[in-house]
Amino acid sequence: MANPRVIYRHPLWVRSAHWVNVICMTVLLMSGLQIFNAHPALYWGDVSDFDNPLVAISGFPGWATLPGSQWLAMGRRWHFFFAWGFVANGIFYTLIAIARGHLRRDLAPSLKDMRQIGYSIRQHLRLRFPKGVEAMHYNVLQKFAYLTVICVLCPLIIFAGLAMSPQLDATYSSLLWIFGGRQSARTVHFICAFSLLAFVIVHLLMVLVSGVWNNFRSMITGWYDIGEHHG
Amino acid sequence: MADLAKLGRRGFLTRVGGSIGTLMLAGCDDRLSENPDVVRILDGAEAVSRFVQKAVTSKTALAREYTEAEISRDFRANGTTEPSDPDYQSLARNGFADWRLVVGGLVVRPGSFSLAELKEMPSRMQITRHDCVEGWSCIGKWKGVRLGALLDRVGPHPEARYIMFFCADVMDLSGTKYYESIDLDGAYHAQTILAYEMNDLALPIAHGAPLRLRDERQLGYKMAKYIMSIELVADFTQIGNGSGGYWEDQGYEWWAGI
Repeated sequence: MANPRVIYRHPLWVRSAHWVNVICMTVLLMSGLQIFNAHPALYWGDVSDFDNPLVAISGFPGWATLPGSQWLAMGRRWHFFFAWGFVANGIFYTLIAIARGHLRRDLAPSLKDMRQIGYSIRQHLRLRFPKGVEAMHYNVLQKFAYLTVICVLCPLIIFAGLAMSPQLDATYSSLLWIFGGRQSARTVHFICAFSLLAFVIVHLLMVLVSGVWNNFRSMITGWYDIGEHHG
Repeated sequence: MADLAKLGRRGFLTRVGGSIGTLMLAGCDDRLSENPDVVRILDGAEAVSRFVQKAVTSKTALAREYTEAEISRDFRANGTTEPSDPDYQSLARNGFADWRLVVGGLVVRPGSFSLAELKEMPSRMQITRHDCVEGWSCIGKWKGVRLGALLDRVGPHPEARYIMFFCADVMDLSGTKYYESIDLDGAYHAQTILAYEMNDLALPIAHGAPLRLRDERQLGYKMAKYIMSIELVADFTQIGNGSGGYWEDQGYEWWAGI
């Protein structure tokens, strides 16, 4: 190796799943806001009690929605096409992550990780990021963030979306039971979407402050500069 | 050498970033959504949703039914609430005594039925949830003739695939009246009824008097109101703009199971 500081961090399948996800989640969020704008209120339970919404707003601005003008039919077309892409990509990622031990080896926190939670939080707050051997692995906060997205938010947003389908509700009535009604499922779907958006914002901030070019390159080419020689 | 490689990579990344930016801008000004090729590709998802939903669901599973206590006090009316058509208005003034449901197309015994005749046929009462494509839901109690029983009465031809509903409500300035279609799986489902009662009263005009469709496993726009005639067809490519319904011709999915 010409430069031993540079390690191969992200295999091709992780990188492609990541960028397919970027496209899917961007379209899903923007078309989702378009769909939400058709009735910009949320409720809890089976039905919409129009006089007592949980939240009611006048709608999201056009720059945040796909299409940009009020156009529910087209918003649904975008949403369902990329929802299938998101699900297919998620299945592709999960199967390979399990088969190759990525989940167990790289994402499941170790005992050592657990003991370092406090330290890791302090380091993050000081915007000090691991270098050298430490930078060869995800840190414990990264692991928790990624696992929450992969194992909680993504499955939850998909099932909450499916629970809004009257066709599926007939056969799988447990979908309604899990969420406490179709309108609750719609609200959970919305909360998950904004939790994912919050994750993406923090994720992008971390990318920015921990070396934007190095991070970006490693997610495109796989190669990451750990900042110190190793081995 | 290394600098060159780096430059190449930077150039590539800049282009990727630029493409994503362009895509988002294009999305914002609706250009992509108006491109017929893009629309055709996106439409592929509807066939996938329909195929998968049919494959993983039971043909006979019933939509959840609710209790009297759960009926919505304020059931929002979807679509038209007061048809302007003069012929419809004169029928309504007379309490629909002169209204007859015409059933024809690919059937052995075409005919027409008065409201009284329909009420004598096998009926079903159900308290179900109505899901509007806009996102809201309401619960209502419906009573009506089972569509399957009506179809058995007229005898569908083997080549009949879809049930078309032609309605009295005018949807645009050129006078297009509402039309919708469902397939035979939907038509013969136990909860698919032509409702003439809502919440124990005669179906109100706002909700589609004298007769509306209830297909409890699809979204609200499938459930045609103010039904004047029913036609069994092999395909609907010659009707309206050929997508099977008024809203379908405006770009909504024919398959409204989600």
